[in-house]
Amino acid sequence: MSDTPKKSIKTMEASRRSVLMGGTALAASLFAPKFLKAADYPTAAVNTTGLAVTDEDVTIGILHSITGTMAISETGSVQAEKLAIEQINAQGGILGRKIKYIQEDGASDWPTFAEKAKKLLVNDKVASVMGCWTSASRKAVLPVFEQYNGFLYYPTFYEGLEESPNVIYTGQEATQQIIAGLDWVAETKGAKSFYLLGSDYIWPRTSNKIARKHIEKLGLKVVGEEYYPLGHTQFNSVINKIRLKKPDVIYAIVVGGSNVAFYKQLKAAGIDMTKEKPVLLTISVTEDEIRGIGGENIEGAYACMKYFQSLDNPNNIAFVEEFKKMWGDDMVIGDVTQAAYLGPWLWKAAVEKAGSFDIDKVREASPGIELTTAPEGYVKVHKNHHLWSKTRVGHAKADGQYEVVFETAELVEPDPFPEGYQ
Amino acid sequence: MFAEYSMGELGAIFAMQGFAGLILFSVFVLMALGLAIIFGQMGVINMAHGEFMILGAYVTYLTSNLFATYIPSLFSIYFFLAMILAFFVTAALGMLVEWSMIRHLYKRPLDTLLATWGLSLILQQVYRSVFGAREVGVTIPEWMMGSLPLTDMIEIPINGIFVMVLAVGISTAVYIMMFRSSWGKQVRAVTQNRVMAGAVGINTERTDRLTFGIGCGVAGVAGSAFTMIGSTGPTAGQLYIVDTFLVVVFGGAASLLGTIASAFSISQAQSIMEFFLSGSMAKVLTLLTVVGILMLRPQGLFALKLRK
Repeated sequence: MSDTPKKSIKTMEASRRSVLMGGTALAASLFAPKFLKAADYPTAAVNTTGLAVTDEDVTIGILHSITGTMAISETGSVQAEKLAIEQINAQGGILGRKIKYIQEDGASDWPTFAEKAKKLLVNDKVASVMGCWTSASRKAVLPVFEQYNGFLYYPTFYEGLEESPNVIYTGQEATQQIIAGLDWVAETKGAKSFYLLGSDYIWPRTSNKIARKHIEKLGLKVVGEEYYPLGHTQFNSVINKIRLKKPDVIYAIVVGGSNVAFYKQLKAAGIDMTKEKPVLLTISVTEDEIRGIGGENIEGAYACMKYFQSLDNPNNIAFVEEFKKMWGDDMVIGDVTQAAYLGPWLWKAAVEKAGSFDIDKVREASPGIELTTAPEGYVKVHKNHHLWSKTRVGHAKADGQYEVVFETAELVEPDPFPEGYQ
Repeated sequence: MFAEYSMGELGAIFAMQGFAGLILFSVFVLMALGLAIIFGQMGVINMAHGEFMILGAYVTYLTSNLFATYIPSLFSIYFFLAMILAFFVTAALGMLVEWSMIRHLYKRPLDTLLATWGLSLILQQVYRSVFGAREVGVTIPEWMMGSLPLTDMIEIPINGIFVMVLAVGISTAVYIMMFRSSWGKQVRAVTQNRVMAGAVGINTERTDRLTFGIGCGVAGVAGSAFTMIGSTGPTAGQLYIVDTFLVVVFGGAASLLGTIASAFSISQAQSIMEFFLSGSMAKVLTLLTVVGILMLRPQGLFALKLRK
């Protein structure tokens, strides 16, 4: 354990230098303070629909679970959003106005999410909302956002099959996350057979459907596909089945507390992921989850997503440093946390492009918004409200971090309604 | 589905699958014993059972951190001390809860359900405030991880063996306490006839408190052992509570033997069906079977014969 932090500090120093030299110029192009003055944007002109915008500030909502089962996952998103808001305020805010936020607790309960969303939109008149994590909570608030014309930034990678005019999806939809990873494992690991495994709800099922279609398109074989109830804690039977079928790749989309049980039992059953075979490829374990699983239990597995904390670029090094400064040195940052961090920045860029807080104008301005300062690198909003982003494969190390072993050359186009994959 | 495999492979898989069933059985026994003592002997529906288990897990987490920081040389055996500590800490909390809350509700059994459910919410929030909302990773000593390769195909998980040994040990201890100690005699007397037991001089209040404490303590040990196979987070106890009640109710309240028989049948059914069907389907069928049997036999597998 003690070696790695030292090493990362070293790279951090080296890169901080490069930030000072080249990075600032890059950052200046978009985000560096433009020092827009509120006086240049009179409230009556930038807010024609009665949102919570005054001459000094603008109010937005943060809507995540900070109690209940999902608090484990959503805490990181809240922290990232608060960090982004603080940084934006330090740069002078949006159109000369500081961002204030009202935080509501969805309490891991979907009707509560809908209720709180309504409260934020109707009573508080917030100009936008950063929030939701599970697809179930997003589906619950969707009718509210569409009825009262709110604007939601949703951070989680998810199953796709949705494109709401009132939501910007800052995480990857399923095809972005899945296809590149399968191509990679087929090419570099020579994988021929796959065992698909998941928790039993919409995201793993939809994702595995896409994965199966793509595997079959590549001319390879799926030797098993299985789902376990959420919260399932005994995986010995399925591990035996995997042992019998001898797949080249175990494709695992297990979530929540089950995750911990699955990897601990896999290791205990003598399936050693540090060896050539079988390769374990997952799309559901970020650095956040590894904290609960324990790095030694998942060492050697591969994860496919768009962001890893270990990404070596000046934006990310600065982001990780700021995040730890604000929330503590023992924090880890997963894919969704980073995606949540993009929310406020994307909204800021859209508002400034529109020159208005009006939701219709922000929506119109959103497609084509670019972020060069994103920790994951360059991203762009597609006209279907998802982000163009690169997909990467990480190799889990015993210290709980991923080493990035592959990255798509180009940004992957979001395709929430993939033809031929449904 | 087995046409393409050799006899050797099949034999190995069935051996390992049988072992998987036994591990599941041990897990169920550990989960359910504490609840069976409390629910079976006292008639208290303890909805906070899962949270007592997680308290045991957190005690293990703290002990592992203590050992790692102060006496790393003894880290490989910290787990035993952690389990003992887990027992006493959870038993102490259990007795406190009994004294402050449960004993006022003995005459209103349904209210204990609400009160202990409230307690479970309170405990969850306490864990969240103290340890954070995220799961904590409990480091297990090296020798307790991995597996013993018996042959090329058969590998036996070490933590599975550990859980099995523990389940046998704790069941034996509970059996001895229940049927061979004076405390056990008192508990059984109070269960059968509270008023009469009081009349012959048994301190029923003390017996209740001790019973509740021991039930919680056993839950704590179970929670401590489960850090090897599951997650430790504020709400992780909720993962176990349904299965636990299922085992106890199916076995017949008030019968420890019934609990064990029911744990065995449910675990074997589930593990065999998981192998041949998918996980969710296996769960559905297990639950359906249990519901069906309970409809025919509402008192569960084994019932204490009482004169009503």
